[in-house]
Amino acid sequence: MVQKLKPNAQKILHDIKSKKIFLLDGATGTYLQDNGLEPGGCPELMNKKNSDVISSMADIYFKNGSDIVLTNSFGGNKYRLRHYGLDNEVFELNKLSAILAKEISEKYIEKFVFGSIGPTGEFLEPLGSVSEADMYEAFANQMSGLLEGGVDGFLIETQIATEETKLAIKVAKENFNVLILASAVYDKGPKGYFTMFGLTPKESLQIFFESGAHVVGTNCGNGSENMVEIAKQLRSFTDNPLIVQANAGIPKIKKQDIIYPESPEFMKEKYKELIKNKINFIGGCCGTNSEHIRLFHDLIRNHNESI
Amino acid sequence: MFEHEGLSKEFEFVTKKSEIKHIGDSIKNTSIKMQTIAFALIQGDQDTVGQLTIECLEEGISANEILDNGLLNGMSIVGVKFRDNIIFVPEVLIAARAMKAGMTHIEPILSESGIEPQGKVLMGTVKGDLHDIGKNLCIMMLRGSGFTVYDLGVDTSPEDFADGFEEYQPDIIGMSALLTTTMPNMGRTIQYFEDVGLRDEVRLMVGGAPVTQEFADEMGADAYGDSAIDAVDKAKELILLLKDLRD
Repeated sequence: MVQKLKPNAQKILHDIKSKKIFLLDGATGTYLQDNGLEPGGCPELMNKKNSDVISSMADIYFKNGSDIVLTNSFGGNKYRLRHYGLDNEVFELNKLSAILAKEISEKYIEKFVFGSIGPTGEFLEPLGSVSEADMYEAFANQMSGLLEGGVDGFLIETQIATEETKLAIKVAKENFNVLILASAVYDKGPKGYFTMFGLTPKESLQIFFESGAHVVGTNCGNGSENMVEIAKQLRSFTDNPLIVQANAGIPKIKKQDIIYPESPEFMKEKYKELIKNKINFIGGCCGTNSEHIRLFHDLIRNHNESI
Repeated sequence: MFEHEGLSKEFEFVTKKSEIKHIGDSIKNTSIKMQTIAFALIQGDQDTVGQLTIECLEEGISANEILDNGLLNGMSIVGVKFRDNIIFVPEVLIAARAMKAGMTHIEPILSESGIEPQGKVLMGTVKGDLHDIGKNLCIMMLRGSGFTVYDLGVDTSPEDFADGFEEYQPDIIGMSALLTTTMPNMGRTIQYFEDVGLRDEVRLMVGGAPVTQEFADEMGADAYGDSAIDAVDKAKELILLLKDLRD
């Protein structure tokens, strides 16, 4: 069991206590698609083949006010990478993703890098065919690469399968000394918000904090209005650190182009509610860009200067 | 309500008037054995469903009766419970597995006796997209509901869909996408079917996390399923429409 968090992780936790809000980055996938990622291409391979794009992305987000940038490693587990014949390169591609973002972060003062860890796309036994031991190993491998590359935290994000999220948190807790953030996706049904596997926001808080996450929250989703609602629910049940990263709405297709409907100004207006509800980590998910981040930064700067 | 107490309890989750009548009527006059199968399916008890199916077949109960009065009645309640946030994806997956345990014994008899399936569906994740959980869930549910399903897998090009159509002659083609970047390939596939003159030969359905009814309408799909269960309902509706057309 790892005892002491690395200094950067400690610093972030310390700053949260003094009510500082941290700004994460905007979308990675959307940025990559605009910068050469072909439909069906492997995003993580760009860490190796188009590292300049990945570095520029980190730079643009930091420049526009992000305190924390995520690594380009969302699908960097062996199950996803196997689709591209890259499952032997899990460690290397993850390490690279972290190195690229870390290098850029060091040009600035007090900027951090979190490793993005998305769902494996597989189901654990008995629902699916993957054993807990196999998935444990898979997460450990991905996280080792990210840590070796220098990340300060793991953002276990876009989570839908309860046991998988718990397992990822456990692997992080047992082996690594960085911040652990767990973020789930909720759908609005006739009885309120639930993950695909049936957790309410309240239940997720309890389960993920108990498993060892330092920060719990939500990302993706159906636009910032719903995300604000979920944020309010989460905050009503806990004083612990929370993270919220919304999509820029549900994408529409116009003449083969993908349009995310929520403008930076629109989201900024909604995000005022996140600050009111003391959400400690705020960022954007699919469809958000550097302009969204710039406007969120205005909001957060005002808050951070007032504390 | 019904002879089987557990099933009666499960039926309490059905609260819409039309469904109470529809599902209630369908269960009402069935034997305790059929009700036990329906109940075991809702519980996701695949061993019981499999065993009872075998027993019933040995006793001379027809495959069709077991399907309609046992398995499908159970699945109807699973569908309602899923839609109404009483159960979620894991429970549906487990119920679908129980359904499959029964279908394994029933399917060969149905096809031998020449009974037509509900309909034939060709499924695939569109070009450039490697995600198949949603598609596979739909396939399980469709098969569980009596459809014959052909699976083209992931990364399916418009040409692959057209070839699949020629080979299997399905009533419906279902397209899935998880990525916003690959969603437009659904529209491209529909356009391709127009271009090669196949558009009127088959009904095209779409679904997937980022897909909406609005998007489905915009690209000219015939139906949109917002979940695996909804996909089955929409497929049934399309088949009914097709039957009307053919009559």
